[in-house]
Amino acid sequence: MSTADIQLDRQGRLLHFLTVEGLSHRHLTEILDTAESLRGVAERRVKKLPTLHGKTVVNLFFEASTRTRTTFELAAKRLSADVLTLNIAQSSTVKGETLLDTLQNIEAMQCDMFVVRHQQSGAAEFIARRVKPHIAVLNAGDGRHAHPTQGMLDAFTIRRHKPDFRNLEVAIVGDILHSRVARSLIHALNILGAADIRVIAPRTLLPIDVENLGVRVFLDPREGLRGVDAVVMLRLQKERMEGALLPTEQEFFRRYGLTEERLALAKPDAIVMHPGPINRGVEIDSRVADGPRSVILEQVTNGIAVRMAIMSITLGNHARPAGENA
Amino acid sequence: MRIVIRGGRLIDPAHHVDTVTDLFIAEGRIAGIGRPPDGFAVDRMIDARDRIVCPGLIDLCARLREPGQEHKATIASEARAAAAAGITTLVCPPDTDPVIDEPSVVELIRRRSQAAGQARVLALGALTHQLRGERLAEMAALEEAGCIGVSDGGRPLVNTLVLRRALEYAATFDLTVFLTPLDPWLGHGVAHEGRVATRMGLPGIPAAAETGILARDLELVRDIGVRVHFGRLSCARSVDLIARAQAEGLPVTADVAMHHLHLTEVDLAGFDSQCHVRPPLRGSRDRDALRAGLASGVLGALCSDHQPHEPDAKQAPFGDTEPGISGLDTLLALSLRLARDEALPLATVLERLTYGPARILGMDGGHLGVGAPADACIFDPEIDWRVTADVLRSRGQNSPFLNWELQGRVTHTLLAGQIVYEREDNELPHSGRSATVTV
Repeated sequence: MSTADIQLDRQGRLLHFLTVEGLSHRHLTEILDTAESLRGVAERRVKKLPTLHGKTVVNLFFEASTRTRTTFELAAKRLSADVLTLNIAQSSTVKGETLLDTLQNIEAMQCDMFVVRHQQSGAAEFIARRVKPHIAVLNAGDGRHAHPTQGMLDAFTIRRHKPDFRNLEVAIVGDILHSRVARSLIHALNILGAADIRVIAPRTLLPIDVENLGVRVFLDPREGLRGVDAVVMLRLQKERMEGALLPTEQEFFRRYGLTEERLALAKPDAIVMHPGPINRGVEIDSRVADGPRSVILEQVTNGIAVRMAIMSITLGNHARPAGENA
Repeated sequence: MRIVIRGGRLIDPAHHVDTVTDLFIAEGRIAGIGRPPDGFAVDRMIDARDRIVCPGLIDLCARLREPGQEHKATIASEARAAAAAGITTLVCPPDTDPVIDEPSVVELIRRRSQAAGQARVLALGALTHQLRGERLAEMAALEEAGCIGVSDGGRPLVNTLVLRRALEYAATFDLTVFLTPLDPWLGHGVAHEGRVATRMGLPGIPAAAETGILARDLELVRDIGVRVHFGRLSCARSVDLIARAQAEGLPVTADVAMHHLHLTEVDLAGFDSQCHVRPPLRGSRDRDALRAGLASGVLGALCSDHQPHEPDAKQAPFGDTEPGISGLDTLLALSLRLARDEALPLATVLERLTYGPARILGMDGGHLGVGAPADACIFDPEIDWRVTADVLRSRGQNSPFLNWELQGRVTHTLLAGQIVYEREDNELPHSGRSATVTV
């Protein structure tokens, strides 16, 4: 059974959110539209909805994270859920407890949703296949595989600025090889019908046969950035130098870093995105990151609404008796 | 005990025999074919009508997990599983704990397997001390202790100079060297580097991880003239390299693991940790080339690459699980499936499981000529069965073939003229004879 199958019920409704791959245009539009309607909540005096009142959301973070964890926490709290965050990277698995043991222990605490981040690809699906049927599992990043809520918040941010996907051209720049963000965004944009998705990177940072994901490959940003509507810069981890994937950060910035000159190749109203945290002067120039075209902070804000949307949709589908249509 | 196997279809690939006949066994050896030797008095008659009689299978790579990992399996548990699977000879790689790099470990394995009494267990000695790839192991002592060859134990040597010397030293004692080509640096991933790994975000192992090391090793063989057997090849290009080396007359042989003939990278869907193996499952082109290589004889043997695990070893996200498949129980039926798929003729499949590996090992066996050791497998090719945890005899139930519907079940296994396995008819709840399918 593929990942796409396990996250849907027999009526095709989302029970878990593990990957964007295999979902339909309808699923994605539902998420984006719901997020749009929830975006206003943060501007109210009382920033809360009762949707998940009485539900318990557990953040299981096997890998360090600040931003993603915080926005998931906020999203759950704004939906009135009780939230528990466990940074397991530092605790039980270190003591020799297996992932399955950890899972069963937390399950015994009667939770309704797990938000999982793990360094291994497939970890969220591993958990989704083993939890009790009333629990929804959201993937907050598994290895290099998927970061579907990030992919959706990126698509959401693009849609707010460039609503017509049929003419949309997007360039994703940097470490595609290790990036779950890139994979999820590529799937989302393809499903939403984007006209052209480009990946720009040196050969060492491109996975083999990446064209198969439905992208065009450019080794040279001067070609790849030409005429695009959105530029998504990926974070470059320092470990990549040790792995002999790149000589230095400086050389990467010289060839691939997003500067004002390079951004000028894109459409005049092109937006600049980054999943954060950014490395100034490595993948992106500060003037671009802080410039008028940057929507990087807007992505963070949107992330909360998108996560609220996904939480309400999946838990809502769990609450509905089997067989009943949405 | 004198035994007659009556009326079976005898397939003995070594002698190009495929005929319905009787087989007479006395004093642990084949005493007669078609008619009994003079003065033969039968102690036991086995009715083999509608069944196939072939040499006992010889498995070139089976981890028995003893000594060192008895929580996964033991020599006794796996020898029992082998007997029920028609396998009479198991070759055990040296990566046990302690490593098979001194005679006492060889002795321990011999004693345990003799006590089990259900399969021949042949040990491969370590090529280097502790399999660390630094100093040579005492190969002469290992040979005296009974090792049938020496091996890298699945841990390829990084230092080419040490490898060259190890090959020269092994050649001094006319030992066959068993190597598993996989570059440890390029081989760092968990899945075949290709479109599936890219999609799933799994670190990849490129084909060059295998072919690069294989090409290096073949160049050393060319200089030294040592007999080398390459185990568990997984790539189409490896088959080409071996074919070319054999055509040039280099003394090299190779085998393939059963799962590489039936599964590909696509089977990783859903992050199925049962499909986590090393070398990884590759593309369908590779699978087809491996099947063709087995058919042509470039790959002279088909093995189980048996690696039994406790359940926990596979209960984790894909990359955190231990690689390996428990393969003894399904070896024969999956071989028969190759014949049914018309990938290769039945007699050829059986040759790669019997006489082929026997020749690689340089042992007298793998055939049923008069005077040969009476290691035999009798199976009913028409019994349908479903692979379920409760029918697996191995202690390891880690199989990607669970829930597959297979045909062909062993009814009797003879080891040196002794019946070490006899199937009870009510044993398989899901089984039934199908009248329509023939091999």
